[in-house]
Amino acid sequence: MLSKTIYMDYQATTPCDKRVLNEMIPYFCEKFGNPHSSSHRMGTEAAKAVERARKQIAELIHADDEKSIIFTSGATESNNLAIQGIARFYKEKGNRIITSAIEHKCVLEACNYLKNEGFDVVILPVKSNGIVDIDALKEAINDKTILVSVMTVNNEIGTIQPIDEISRMCREHGVLFHTDAAQAVGKIDVDVSKVDLMSISGHKIYGPKGIGALYVRTKPRVRLTPLFQGGGQERGLRSGTLATPLCVGIGTACAIAQKEMAEERLRLLKLKDYFLNKIFDNLPKVYLNGDREQRIPGCINLSFDGIEGEGIMLGMPEICVSSGSACTSASLEPSYVLKAISVREDLAHSSLRIGFGRFTTQEEVEYAASKIIEVVNRLREMSPLW
Amino acid sequence: MEYSKKVMDLYSNPKNVGSLNEEDENVGTSVVGAPSCGDVIKLQIRVDDDGKIAEAKFKTFGCGAAIASSALITDWVQGKSLDEAKKIKNKDVAEYLSLPPVKAHCSVLAEEAINKAIENYLSKKGK
Repeated sequence: MLSKTIYMDYQATTPCDKRVLNEMIPYFCEKFGNPHSSSHRMGTEAAKAVERARKQIAELIHADDEKSIIFTSGATESNNLAIQGIARFYKEKGNRIITSAIEHKCVLEACNYLKNEGFDVVILPVKSNGIVDIDALKEAINDKTILVSVMTVNNEIGTIQPIDEISRMCREHGVLFHTDAAQAVGKIDVDVSKVDLMSISGHKIYGPKGIGALYVRTKPRVRLTPLFQGGGQERGLRSGTLATPLCVGIGTACAIAQKEMAEERLRLLKLKDYFLNKIFDNLPKVYLNGDREQRIPGCINLSFDGIEGEGIMLGMPEICVSSGSACTSASLEPSYVLKAISVREDLAHSSLRIGFGRFTTQEEVEYAASKIIEVVNRLREMSPLW
Repeated sequence: MEYSKKVMDLYSNPKNVGSLNEEDENVGTSVVGAPSCGDVIKLQIRVDDDGKIAEAKFKTFGCGAAIASSALITDWVQGKSLDEAKKIKNKDVAEYLSLPPVKAHCSVLAEEAINKAIENYLSKKGK
C-alpha cells in the first residue's frame, strides 16, 4: 500500500493551487481594506484587486463586459440567485421554468422551492448516454416559459450537455438560458455568448471554497430580484462586503486555468485512456456511465457488475473516490443521476466516480487501476450475484 | 463511512466465504435482500446428526457492514443448535460490530438470512 493518500474526487472539490493561495495571502492581514471603501487608499487597493479578479473570470468565459460578473459565496448561491432571481423578476411574463433531471441538487431544489410560489417546473428527461433530451425541450418550451436551466457538464458522470442547441432554442422563443458551469469552467472552453446566466465555483477550479460567481448578461440587460437585502453591492444583485482574498483566489484560479487548460485536457485524456484500458482489459462486466465521447476526461463513472460501490471503497481506503451507491448516502437511495439515465438499480449501487485533476500523476493512476482490479476481483469472489 | 475495527477486520479477512451443496439434504439455504436495494446475502448451513450447525457459509453483495454482518453471524452459529442460532438477534450483531444507525438494516438482513436458512433446512427435513 502506498503510504500516502491518493485524491481522486476532483468533482467534489479540488485542492487550492499554491499559486492561488500565494496571491490571496496579502489580502488577509496587510491589504485588508474594504473594497467598497473607495474614500481611502486601503479601500481602493482592495477594490483594484477585486476588479482584477472580476476581469480574470470574465476573460476565461469570454464575457466582454466584466460588470457581468457578480461575486457570490459559491455555485449553490449562484444557482439560487439565477433561478429564484429570474423567476421573481419575470413572474409577470410567465411561470414556466425548465430544467433537467440530472442537475445539481441546488438547481433542482431551487426549482422545487419555486413551485410553492406558483411556478410550473418541467424536468427534462435525459437520454441513457447522459445527454439532455432536446426533443423534450422542444415540447416543453412554450410562451409561458421564462427560464431554461441546464448544466454545462454533469458532476457525476462528466457528460457535456448540448449548450449550443439549447441556446438556439431559447433564443428562438425569447427565453432566458442559465447554465450551471461549475464542473465545466476551466476544463472546457465555455462561452457566455450562448447563455444569459452562468454559475461558476471557486473550489472546483483549484481556488478557495466559499467563493463563486454568477455571470449575468448586461447587453441586453438581464434583470434579477436579489436573494437578500443590504448595501446594494454587486450592482444591487448581491449585497454584502466582498471577501477580497477569496475574490483574488477565484480570479487567479481562472487566470491559471486559462493558461493551462488546453494542455491539461490532453494530459487528463491520456490518463483517462490508460486507466480505462487497464480496467477494461482486466475486468469483465464493467460499464462506463455516460456518453463515451461527449464528456470531460477527468470524470470517470464506472459500474462494476456484481459488487457494491461502498464495498469497493472500503477495500482501498487510501484512494479517495465516491460512489452512487445508496450505502454512501444517508438517504439509502442510489444516485438520482444514474437513475435518470436508466442505469439498472443494482449497477447504480455498483458505481464508483473516479475523478482525475491537476495533481493526479501517472503513478497514482497506475496504482489506483491495479488496486481497483484487485479489490473488485476479491469482492466478486464473495458475491452471490457474480 | 467510519467503521469499527471489528467491521474492518471481518471485511478484510472474512471467514466462511463460500458455498455448500444446495442439494444436500442436510444443507439449508437462504437468499435475502435484493440487488436493487444494494444488499443480497446468500447464507448456507450444514446441520450434523446431533442437530448442531456444523458449517455455515455466505456470499454477500453489499457494503462493508453487510459483508461483516454475514461473516460474523456465520461464525457465531457454528456449533450451535438450531434453537440457539435462532436466538441471535440483529441488535446483537449491530452492537458487536458498533454499526452506525444507518447500517442497522445490514444486521437485520443477517438475522433474516440465518432464520430463513434454518427454515429451509427444516422444510427439507419435513419438520
